[in-house]
Amino acid sequence: MRAIKILERILYAIPIILGVAVVVFVFVRLTPGDPVDIMMGQGGAISSGEIEQLRAEFHLDEPITNQLWYFLRDAARGDLGYSYILKQPVTVIIADRLPATIELAAGALFLALLIAFPIGIISAVRQNSILDRLSMSFAFLGISMPGFWLGIVLILIFAVALRWLPVQGRLDPQITLQQITGFYVVDSIITANGPALWSSIRHLLLPSITLGAAVAAIVARVLRSSMLEVLRSDYVQLARAKGASESLVVVKHALRNALIPTVTVVGLQVGVLLGGNMIIETVFGWPGLGRLVVDAIFNRDFPLIQGAVMVYALTYILANLVVDVLYTYLNPRIAL
Amino acid sequence: MSVTSPTGAPAIAGRRQARLELWQRNARRFLAELGRQPIALLGGLVVLAFILAAVFAPYITAHDPELGSLRQRLIPPVWQQGGAAEFPLGTDGQGRDLLTRIIYGARISLLVGFLTVAISIIAGAGLGAVAGYYRGWLDTVLSRFADLLMAFPFLIFAIAMMAFIGPGFANLILALTFKGWVEFYRLVRGDIMSEKTREYVEAARALGRSHPTIIVAEILPNIVQSIFVVGTLRMGFFIVTEASLSFLGLGIQPPTPAWGSMVAAGRDVMLTHWWVATLPGLAIVLLVPALNIFGEGLRDILDPRLKVQ
Repeated sequence: MRAIKILERILYAIPIILGVAVVVFVFVRLTPGDPVDIMMGQGGAISSGEIEQLRAEFHLDEPITNQLWYFLRDAARGDLGYSYILKQPVTVIIADRLPATIELAAGALFLALLIAFPIGIISAVRQNSILDRLSMSFAFLGISMPGFWLGIVLILIFAVALRWLPVQGRLDPQITLQQITGFYVVDSIITANGPALWSSIRHLLLPSITLGAAVAAIVARVLRSSMLEVLRSDYVQLARAKGASESLVVVKHALRNALIPTVTVVGLQVGVLLGGNMIIETVFGWPGLGRLVVDAIFNRDFPLIQGAVMVYALTYILANLVVDVLYTYLNPRIAL
Repeated sequence: MSVTSPTGAPAIAGRRQARLELWQRNARRFLAELGRQPIALLGGLVVLAFILAAVFAPYITAHDPELGSLRQRLIPPVWQQGGAAEFPLGTDGQGRDLLTRIIYGARISLLVGFLTVAISIIAGAGLGAVAGYYRGWLDTVLSRFADLLMAFPFLIFAIAMMAFIGPGFANLILALTFKGWVEFYRLVRGDIMSEKTREYVEAARALGRSHPTIIVAEILPNIVQSIFVVGTLRMGFFIVTEASLSFLGLGIQPPTPAWGSMVAAGRDVMLTHWWVATLPGLAIVLLVPALNIFGEGLRDILDPRLKVQ
């Protein structure tokens, strides 16, 4: 039964993915001028015969429905076009930058949960204590604070004033690291490269905190309120009445149930992590997908922007799908 | 036996009077409730201060927000050595008074926030009301389109749209509202669907009132509070998104003072002149939490049901 529900959910995602591709296609059509005009804008004189030839090559001389069909067909084959600025297929460029972005997002999520869980739990157990009020005030600030500003402030404090952490990049320039997976922390561990591990973690710290701050704040708030709700419920009172220790009540009974809404919120935060990464990668000079897109925008490299937006949207849909599936495992009573 | 027509002129005037009195009573109750929530009140006052500063900017500061002076570049804030009382928060890389630019920047932030929320509410609530009331194919089409837009993270969508249509104020509003209406659409659609089955709607229908009148005059007054609350809470989000876009160079373009682009410009000199990048951002860190605190206060007073959602 569960397998059918999961399959249903996957099937439901297909038209959404198709729709996303159409929206991205329409986006490109909103741009004044067609791709050949934009290529012309890069400089150099081209004969009108050559322009026509290029238009035919890009199918720009065909009806828009045909163009949409070619785009969807190529995207389904994993072909997201060709960047005429970087002179490489878009998928190759994205694949090259993706590990840096995933490493940063993973670092941010890890730190966010590491901060949010103890804060959320303690705030609920010690409701209205100074600790609760203080951490919830910070959480409130964390939600409202723009990432680019927090990043700059953290750089000024920890990199410039205290000189504890590096300003930008992924690795100290004097350190060499054999790249296997593209995840520097993982590669350092695989190759048993201690200095590279230390350096990559140090570089990862500030951008991860900046990117994860808003997520930590939201997760802590949701965990706290759902813990409070569960702690007041009858079965927790019953567990207490039966003489279960308070820590057992909190961890086994309350936390497990409070996890259900929390997991949904964590899933939704993937959108925040994805959107935020363009900003944070720009602030910290992090060579990932986000910075690539921002550069591509200013280079008017539309195939690359189009491909990257597709990847972002697909990741978001996939993350939500994973959350939905996880949701049923946490709470079997709820159908997908 | 004579029956007073419910549509007669005196009856309408009487109903108007009653409605006015109800509004006045509610407003008084609301202000009294707000007085009991000092933190929300404080948030509201901070927002009010920003609005007043934005409106009366030319009367608060004598400096020009866009005109710089090469001789007065990068003067530190008044409390630092080398600071000048003429420039309380110092000057930027082009010798413009930072406080002046922050005050004028409030105009952009508040205007973008307000316009985006207003247009999103008009579009989202309008479509949501029609979809929720009439249902049918229009509801299906609109709801699927809303689902589709939800498949994009907000900032990615806005960045992509700005990348393709180009920067500028009007495009910025367009990019933010293009997805911004969805939340109001869902809220109003859901509310209308549940209100539609209530007795007062049945009664209005029995009295022969038209569907548009029922939506606007009967149902809308009952759900306007939740729209207002969500609108206030979304405004802070839109302001941060605008600042983020302007920070990336995709929103408001220099020399127009916008907080996001001011932080971006300050980044180039942040290692030596910290104030240029940090102080404009501080304005966001003051305004947006204040808006959110005020919004949460409003929610607790006007529509506690939303808290659960």
